[in-house]
Amino acid sequence: MTRTIASGSVPAMPESASNTRAEVLCDHCDLPVPAGLIDPDAEHQFCCGGCESVYNVLHGAGLEGYYGIRDAVAKDNQPAASSNQNYEELDDPAFQSACVTNLPGGECETELLLEGVHCAACVWLIERLPRVCPGVIESRANIRTRSAVVRYAPDRVPLSRVAQALDKLGYAAHPARGAGAREARRKEDRKFLIRVGVAGAIAGNVMLLAIALYGGALSGIDEFWEHTLRYYSMGLGLLSLVWPGRVFFRGAIAALRTRTAHLDIPVALALAVGGIWGSYNTLTQSGEIYFDSLSVLVFFLLVGRWVQHRQQRGAADQVELMLTLTPTSAERLLDDGTTKRVPIEAIEVGMRVRVEAGGSIPCDGIIEEGTTQVDNALLTGESRPVACALGDEVIAGATNLGSPILVTVSAVGDSTRAAKLMALVASATADKAPIVQFADRVAARFVLAVIFLAILTLTLWTIRADLRTGIEFATALLIVTCPCALGLSTPMAMSIALGRAAKQGVLIKSAAAIEAMSNPTKMNAVMVLDKTGTLTQGKTRVVRSECDQDLLICAAAIESGSNHPLARAIIDAVADAPIPSAKDITQTAGAGIEGLVDDRRVRVGSPAYIRASAQSDAATLSAIDRMLAEGLTPVVIADDQGRTGVIGIGDPLRDDTIDAIAALRDRGWGLHLCSGDHPEIASQLAKRVGIEHAMGGASPERKAELIRSLRDQGHRRIVMVGDGINDAAAMALADVGIAVHGGAEAALQAADVYLTAPGVMPIETLCDLGAHTMKTIRIGLVVSLCYNTVAASLAIAGLISALIAAVIMPMSSLSVVALATRPWKYRGRA
Amino acid sequence: MSVILIMIPGAMVLAALGVWAFINAAKKGQFDDLDTPAIRAVFDDDDYTATKEGVPDAPHMRNDSVGDNNADAPSV
Repeated sequence: MTRTIASGSVPAMPESASNTRAEVLCDHCDLPVPAGLIDPDAEHQFCCGGCESVYNVLHGAGLEGYYGIRDAVAKDNQPAASSNQNYEELDDPAFQSACVTNLPGGECETELLLEGVHCAACVWLIERLPRVCPGVIESRANIRTRSAVVRYAPDRVPLSRVAQALDKLGYAAHPARGAGAREARRKEDRKFLIRVGVAGAIAGNVMLLAIALYGGALSGIDEFWEHTLRYYSMGLGLLSLVWPGRVFFRGAIAALRTRTAHLDIPVALALAVGGIWGSYNTLTQSGEIYFDSLSVLVFFLLVGRWVQHRQQRGAADQVELMLTLTPTSAERLLDDGTTKRVPIEAIEVGMRVRVEAGGSIPCDGIIEEGTTQVDNALLTGESRPVACALGDEVIAGATNLGSPILVTVSAVGDSTRAAKLMALVASATADKAPIVQFADRVAARFVLAVIFLAILTLTLWTIRADLRTGIEFATALLIVTCPCALGLSTPMAMSIALGRAAKQGVLIKSAAAIEAMSNPTKMNAVMVLDKTGTLTQGKTRVVRSECDQDLLICAAAIESGSNHPLARAIIDAVADAPIPSAKDITQTAGAGIEGLVDDRRVRVGSPAYIRASAQSDAATLSAIDRMLAEGLTPVVIADDQGRTGVIGIGDPLRDDTIDAIAALRDRGWGLHLCSGDHPEIASQLAKRVGIEHAMGGASPERKAELIRSLRDQGHRRIVMVGDGINDAAAMALADVGIAVHGGAEAALQAADVYLTAPGVMPIETLCDLGAHTMKTIRIGLVVSLCYNTVAASLAIAGLISALIAAVIMPMSSLSVVALATRPWKYRGRA
Repeated sequence: MSVILIMIPGAMVLAALGVWAFINAAKKGQFDDLDTPAIRAVFDDDDYTATKEGVPDAPHMRNDSVGDNNADAPSV
């Protein structure tokens, strides 16, 4: 029943357990089962409760086929993402009216975002939902957006039961909020696709006509047929310009109005001049027409933009799924003493809500019952938990670490502290100047050069021949030098880069971010990093131990009943070692705890607490001083046999922080640390990881102010890296905001880049990818400029014909697209 | 040659029909999700589940040696 991977049978140290010890694999997800959860008597082994219940559900409902499919297609297995909620908030009328569509025939339809969807087998399983949950008529999964549209009969099954069934299959369900915005985006995507399709159909048909015309030009054609075909070309070509092609005119007009450079300007110029002169020539039955080149140009440029748009939308969709993971419901205490889950919108001031240990606090409020510690790291950047008791205020977005509390709501929605910070983000976003992308900057000079050359050609040929010839050649010049290749190579290279970044654990919402990360030296760029949760793990751990393992285990035994964060850190520190039981435990709030382990009386607590009962020797005192100097919280463990040990508890650095910071500094980034934590702790940490400037005690407003002052000091690229709501405003204000893995909702919304892999190293990878991508784009530019120079000289010399233009354009486009796929591999520091 | 006078408009009408069909399909959302239908088609068959509803003891297709006794597996 239990499958094991045979490997060395030597008992291993706990740290290397996963490598050397025989592994037991979970019967559901095939991942190793943690040692503590192996039940030698059980028939099946599971790595978590979620996997166990999903396994049972699948076998109960005859859905074992899931395993067959998954083993065939999945590359990475994941444990079940069940959350075991009861989802009763989904039945609330307020929610139903917002998120559920009533279909004729009494059926309802709603969209649910799902955690844990990762392969084809998941799609198969989700679409078998009607078999597990009677009353569900149809369930259609979408693997790209990780969601499912569920149609069900509300009289037979409430929505909460549907969500419960999905949860039992291993996919925690979240209602898709903001249905209106999603629908609007979907419509926009469809319009975009329609433009591409129509442009393609027109380009194809104009080219068919062009073949006849070029054939005629080479071997002779009856004048009547030639003009007929030219009229048809004109009709289709103009249709292409005014229907799918009007986006370029709109873009150009918008750019001219705001006086910004944009690639749309030269494109629109070529399209307009080519269209007008081509029509004039068709109607006067003389000269060249360019409608084949123009319609292909429209099509190619739209395809390039569409590809990039799709990549960006994919990243945005994934970030949105992460957004919905934040709590959207609260547990309300009713007058009769029972609790009920309600959507967050239904909470009003004065209501009482219960917050479980480990839960996120849904609204600002006053503690009415219970004592606990609250982690405000996401809001303030403070790494140490804050003790809260009766009458203390808690804020929305904080995490309740200690024991369950009862909170009287004092503010909801827009008036909470978190919402006020979000308002700050909104105003910062409005302040932010968009990054003028490389292609657009080039376009600005390009337009001037092309107009100059066109006027030159016009004058030259008007003098040498006549005005008509002048216009003819100037038009040809404008069309052949239209930056088609540039307009195609940039989005292609960008979308390839977006795909590569996603594989490396970096989701990018805007392609401009890739460019902004590429050249720190030239732009005098600075990166501002948050401390808690960004450079550090954001969790309380035992960082330094000057204490016998034996004594530490005794401490863990005493603390095992407590849910104080310091206690949990001590229990985590002994990891796999068996913990003996402790008796006779007495706790002194805020100071320490003592108890009897194996007939030894052991005390664990603050230095003051220990000092009150025992003598401390010099070694212990100096250990305490060292811990304090490192910014750690010292905890002393002493027993009645005179043995003493000190452990330092704090927020440890992420594994890759030091390497990543060094790599970024080598690339030429100016580095700043900006933390809401105590200035002393901030500057100590900055020194340790090698960051020059450190600022501690920074409020969210202060962080945003730092970004502004850095900009005033002449830094032209400012990147803000953070994880919390307190960083969000600064992230929105910076040129690029990067939210690290595990960040808060607000940080996600404000960020341009979101890391799906833990650590700081993905930022360094992004810099490398950015540099590579910009090099690709520059090579593409050089290649397309070569083509343009050749074409322009031919045009000025009056040697160009529509046929040459029609050949040069796709050739240059193809070569830059091929260039855009230039392979990239992260090579580290150059 | 004069047949071209009919052929070209005829071809244009056919092309227009194609474009019209494409626009309608796009507007109805047929191109919204290009990834899932490909997957759905491959595994659409319930034959993949050797264990059909109501036949709990039939052997299933899992390709390893997981012991299979559904008699005590709870149902939803």
